Amino acid sequence: MRPCLLAVFLVPAFLAAQPRDTCIECHAAMEGAIQKPALLIKDDIHAANKLSCSDCHGGDRYSDDPSVAMSAAKGFVGKPKRTAIPQLCAKCHGNPDFMRRYQPQQRVDQYELYKTSVHGKRLAEGDENVATCIDCHSVHDIRAVKNVLSPVHPLQLPDTCGRCHADTNRMAKYGIPTNQLENYRSSVHWAALKKGDLSAPNCASCHGNHGAKPPEVSSVSAVCGSCHVLFAQLYEKSVHQPIFSGASGGGGCIVCHSNHGIQQPSTAMLVGPNAVCSTCHDPGTPGAKTAAQMAQWIDGLGGALKHSENVLAEADKYGMEVSEAQVKLADGRENLVKARVAMHAFQPAEMQKPVEAGMAVADETLRAGQAALHDKDIRRLGLAVSVFFIAITVVAIFLVIRRLEANGSGYLEPTK
Amino acid sequence: MTTKVLQWFDDRLGLDAIRELMSHKTVPVHSATRWYYFGGITLFLFGIQILTGTLLLFYYRPTVAEGFDSVRFLMTRVEFGWLIRSIHSWSANLLIFVAFVHMFSVVFTHAYRPPRELTWASGIVLLGLMLGFGFSGYLLPWNQISYFATKVGTDVAASTPVVGEGIARILRGGEDVGAATLTRFFALHVMVLPMITAALVALHVLFVQKHGMSTPPWISAARVRQMKFFPNFFLREVMVWYGALAILGALAAIFPWELGEKADPFASAPKGIRPEWYFLAQFYTLKLIPSRIWFVEGELLGIAGFGVLALGWALIPLWGVNRAGEAKTRLVNGVGIFLVVYLAVFTILGYVK
Amino acid sequence: MESNGCSGNCPGCENTSREEDRRSVLWWLLGGGAIASLGSFFYPVVRFLNPPRITEAAVNEVSAGKVQDLKPNSGKIVKFGTKPALLVRLSDTEWRAFSAVCTHLNCTVQYRDTTQQIWCACHNGTYDLNGRVVSGPPPNPLEEYAVGLRGEEVIISRNA
Repeated sequence: MRPCLLAVFLVPAFLAAQPRDTCIECHAAMEGAIQKPALLIKDDIHAANKLSCSDCHGGDRYSDDPSVAMSAAKGFVGKPKRTAIPQLCAKCHGNPDFMRRYQPQQRVDQYELYKTSVHGKRLAEGDENVATCIDCHSVHDIRAVKNVLSPVHPLQLPDTCGRCHADTNRMAKYGIPTNQLENYRSSVHWAALKKGDLSAPNCASCHGNHGAKPPEVSSVSAVCGSCHVLFAQLYEKSVHQPIFSGASGGGGCIVCHSNHGIQQPSTAMLVGPNAVCSTCHDPGTPGAKTAAQMAQWIDGLGGALKHSENVLAEADKYGMEVSEAQVKLADGRENLVKARVAMHAFQPAEMQKPVEAGMAVADETLRAGQAALHDKDIRRLGLAVSVFFIAITVVAIFLVIRRLEANGSGYLEPTK
Repeated sequence: MTTKVLQWFDDRLGLDAIRELMSHKTVPVHSATRWYYFGGITLFLFGIQILTGTLLLFYYRPTVAEGFDSVRFLMTRVEFGWLIRSIHSWSANLLIFVAFVHMFSVVFTHAYRPPRELTWASGIVLLGLMLGFGFSGYLLPWNQISYFATKVGTDVAASTPVVGEGIARILRGGEDVGAATLTRFFALHVMVLPMITAALVALHVLFVQKHGMSTPPWISAARVRQMKFFPNFFLREVMVWYGALAILGALAAIFPWELGEKADPFASAPKGIRPEWYFLAQFYTLKLIPSRIWFVEGELLGIAGFGVLALGWALIPLWGVNRAGEAKTRLVNGVGIFLVVYLAVFTILGYVK
Repeated sequence: MESNGCSGNCPGCENTSREEDRRSVLWWLLGGGAIASLGSFFYPVVRFLNPPRITEAAVNEVSAGKVQDLKPNSGKIVKFGTKPALLVRLSDTEWRAFSAVCTHLNCTVQYRDTTQQIWCACHNGTYDLNGRVVSGPPPNPLEEYAVGLRGEEVIISRNA
């Protein structure tokens, strides 16, 4: 009897704890396009923070009467115009006091940045074709950036940008290429992202997100250099910097490495049929000679390290303990990395030290591997010696037995 | 000179009993005589384990911090450390294999019949002890495979009905496999099991001397030729032991036991982790059993089943012998063949799956 | 060797001298083989028991040189087991040590005296002097080791 009484008081109390949202209640019961938002809203981060449709669209969320709930008197604005969307979002997201209640650390300058972007400028001129907040962040089912289902999560972002920027029809009137997404998908950065390194750059990392704009030619190496510091530092001091960063220079790093479809670099960029250097430096020129020298050093060191690795792996296969040398090899590989960095000074002298250090490691580990293989042979020799002595003893015992039992001694015949 | 020394000991200890035994012990010569060697090989390999194990004790450190590194040190820096360790690991596996061969040869020659029931019983316990040696010793190098294999093994033990959780806790020294487990396994492997085994081996061998070698039931004991144990059979045994030594050396030198990677409890278990081959048949069987049979949990049923099987096997001298003391050869052979085939097939399946 | 009183070549005698020779060869073979094989077993055992020159097995601590070797506000890389470690001297009396393996893609980090931070050259990852990530791609902090002074020697150690 008593539990029932308790329930009578608990149920209304429970209902009261969840504030009513008649917008969702009514629209969820409808059909077609006006039902969709009410269904999507369950995944929305605003709804999870107890905000309602009315916080963006205006109106009264507690009223059952549509004419009240959606009255202009209650501030209802209906579906906002595309050109008004950024301001609508900025009403809260640009208000530090408001945002402090939910996420004090979150930035509140997204709208200001947006106004400086290509998208923002064009929208201000009335071009509704460009991206607004809801095109990237979605609407009604807005998820946090770090939620992997969010369209602006690092893994989803390229597709989101590509929705427009890879669409040739859409981009036709702006005259910008649409192959960026395809190129990016072939790049080492996307490969790193896919492998789980969420710090690898996506579109927004270089172009900015809210203030999206392609970096100016003179600032490309600064953008790349925000992660690839040493390369940028060496490049800045090198002979190529003034040449590539002028107005018609081509854009610094991207001259050799491309912008979106950045591939794993190799010495094939220095020499060979697909070399980048030879696009400017004719064969026989000092530049070509430098490229050849650097390529030879890098390949030489890489080859030596690979050779050591193979010898050590062979010794390992035979069961010899070579883990220490294998670890030392990592030092050698670091020197190879340093050599490839030093290449960006475009001066052989810079490269010489890491190459020599790396070759020394390759040499040392090779000798360790060969010593291990030699030890393996010694072990087998020792085994052969031991087995030989054992064999002699066994044969001797066999002969002793034969001699002993030659006349049938050692056996007891049955009495029967 | 040797006779003078022996005489000195004889005057003080009275070696007559030994001399009596040595001169009178005989071995029946028949088609199944070759199986008599396997007990001796088992004993010999156990001796190898004691010797190499003691040597390893000079360098091994039984802690989580140093266990793996001390084995690595042994394999790389200590002269012939690789040899001693590899022999110890190979001999352990050969020992268990040979123990099984010995047991099955006893079954198929029906040597468990009266008066040798106690020999059989002590032998079964010894087999269990050998498996215990294998299980405890496997953890000591503290590498990835041994750590996770022990985890799997203790988890299986934990699912034994009623006593499982308790046994697992006592084995592990806690709720998880960790430093406490290593210490316990070391104590078991180096002191507890050896002491019990030594006592049982002494009894087992003593029983064998008392009862002599059993003649299979299809051969008339009175009509069979006997070979003197000393020196004839003994010389042959030495040959066999020497041969086993050569095989061990070859295995150690050509297929040295691997070091593996240091155990990382926070890493996920290596793919396809499974126990050593001597537990594989049971492990694979447990995997095959559906998770629920009727209302009983599958694993529980599996373990209970193993328990019943083991008990039944241990009691062969009771049900495998008729009232006249003769072996029920057909019945026992049938059960024996079934068991051999089951173990062989499921071990192989455990490997390939 | 005529223990049985035989001179050899007596008619009807079992033991001819050739038999004796063969028998003695056999015993030599057996004895020699046994001794040689036993020797080949005991030689490794004896060598095994002889302690190797480097007696320490595990690396839970390593000597990182003398106190005077490192100036204040500088760092150096030291081998710790199989991996590099970074020793940083902050002041005359304050020392820090960390695993020098960057948690991003395993490059070796270095100490930057200009910013008094630990930096990784590969992708510009930066850690503070507690090993915590300040900026850049590294997902996790650097493992910290303990530093102690034994007389003039700097010892880096880690609790396993």
